[in-house]
Amino acid sequence: MTEIQNFKTRKFDFASFFFSGLTGFSTLLILAILAVILGNIIINGWPNLTWHFVSTIPKKDFFDPATTGVLPMIIGTTIRVFMMTIFVLPIGVITAIYLTEYAPSGSWLTRIIRAAVNNLAGVPSIVFGLFGLGFFINFIGRNMDQLMHNPGPVWGQPAVLWASLTLAVMTMPVVIVATEESLKAIPMGLREASLAIGATKLETIIRIVLPQALPGIMTGGILAVSRAAGEVAPILFTGVAYYMASLPGKLSDQFMDLGYHVFVLSTQSPDIEKTRPILYATVLVLLLLTFALNFVAVLIRARVRKKLRALG
Amino acid sequence: MAETVLPKLEVTPQNPLVVGAGASLIEISNLSLFYGKSRALKDVSLKIRERVVTAFIGPSGCGKSTLLRCLNRMNDLIDGVRIEGSAKIGGHDIYAPDVDVIELRKRVGMVFQKSNPFPKSIYDNVAYGLKLQGVTSKGELDTAVEQSLIGAALWDEVKDRLQSSALGLSGGQQQRLCIARAIAVKPEIILMDEPASALDPIATSRVEDLILELRKDFTIVIVTHNMQQATRISDETAFFYMGELIESGPTQKIFTMPKQKRTEDYVTGRFG
Repeated sequence: MTEIQNFKTRKFDFASFFFSGLTGFSTLLILAILAVILGNIIINGWPNLTWHFVSTIPKKDFFDPATTGVLPMIIGTTIRVFMMTIFVLPIGVITAIYLTEYAPSGSWLTRIIRAAVNNLAGVPSIVFGLFGLGFFINFIGRNMDQLMHNPGPVWGQPAVLWASLTLAVMTMPVVIVATEESLKAIPMGLREASLAIGATKLETIIRIVLPQALPGIMTGGILAVSRAAGEVAPILFTGVAYYMASLPGKLSDQFMDLGYHVFVLSTQSPDIEKTRPILYATVLVLLLLTFALNFVAVLIRARVRKKLRALG
Repeated sequence: MAETVLPKLEVTPQNPLVVGAGASLIEISNLSLFYGKSRALKDVSLKIRERVVTAFIGPSGCGKSTLLRCLNRMNDLIDGVRIEGSAKIGGHDIYAPDVDVIELRKRVGMVFQKSNPFPKSIYDNVAYGLKLQGVTSKGELDTAVEQSLIGAALWDEVKDRLQSSALGLSGGQQQRLCIARAIAVKPEIILMDEPASALDPIATSRVEDLILELRKDFTIVIVTHNMQQATRISDETAFFYMGELIESGPTQKIFTMPKQKRTEDYVTGRFG
């Protein structure tokens, strides 16, 4: 009975009150920072975001607000993100399948690969840029030129192919980890059911495991796209151009890029005040493009989920 | 075509409902199984007759499920498992180096404790094994799906919704679907690992009725924790304790006059 009576003498719990207040405050702070950043960009960028601006290939002097445009940058960023996705998804997914389905779980080799994947995620992006320059351009590209007897460098120079591959290497850990998580979430019983009926391991993976893991794999792809779309450092030495008069037409062409263009506008302009409106507009375009790329990926994932749900 | 893929073993034309009518189909001799260093099965020797229901009973951890999984080599999937001795099916050592495990599993089907239908339609669940074997003719698949669902006493309940998800079925229906999926590839043997332990009494009795029906065509080995179930559905019983086969024989004999004290203690509920 004394226990029950104690309810009445319950004191004000200051620690709980303080902690719940702290969590709410932290959330508000994050929202406020986001609102300030987005608000600033939208308020200053939106008035300058004209159809002319997003549909024009600029002349050499792209600092002039009246004549400039960002069409090549929009196309360049979109192409490199798409190409990266095409490279990173198959390789990342196959690696994750090896790690979860084939590799003996406790072996030293598996542990080393996992550690390598995790460390890869922690490498600064500029280092990936240097790696891309050293490995893809100087090693693979130059050797390709030699084998093909090209008179001048065709592959042994920065190109959209090398930039995309460098980004793919950078985002590989994201895809591997997301795929591994979704593969691990599939009940062992489903694999056993398939194997027990006479399916090979490969048939089980293709017919049972991968369809179930697809939404998780796509989440990995979405995270990779988000990370890659805004990155500039990895493409700095591997493919991005300061200025190009025409759009990229071949895999060995360089390309212009929104993120890099923001850097160029803010550091290379002869008249920073005059350039500021288009700088804001360019940043807004970069944000919108990143959102759009994400949105497309999320839409595709939602459709896959719906299809799976109709079955499961 | 399925018949030619799966050559039936020699079957003596006896009434399969007579207890112990069949010749022995599975012969396990001196089989030991190790998980790393620990020994889960010790020198098990057992003959299992065709077209009878053989029940494996014993307390948890006695090795009965492990032995069951030796018979379709599902233990191969676990790292660090080592097997000594031999297990023969129809005279062929299933652990011989030239054995095709995939072919073995087509001939030795399995139903698991937790029903595990694929997240596909009812039709696709049953057709899965046949599609794996390369059957593409719609007519052939339709017939096989219908026959298997009839065989698993599920056809009347699902015939109008074959294309809807298998996960929408009740637990008992899902388990019978798993049985239909297993018999669709026309195995000779069906291994059942506590197939009714997660089901309610009504669903359990339907699965039990089904097992009695299935033994006309299949050799069934069933692991069960339920003594009454073993007496109701099995013709022969093997009692395991601590990885050893203590006693085996006709079910009635094991339950009424066992030779071993430990068997008697277990079947009368004194431990377990």
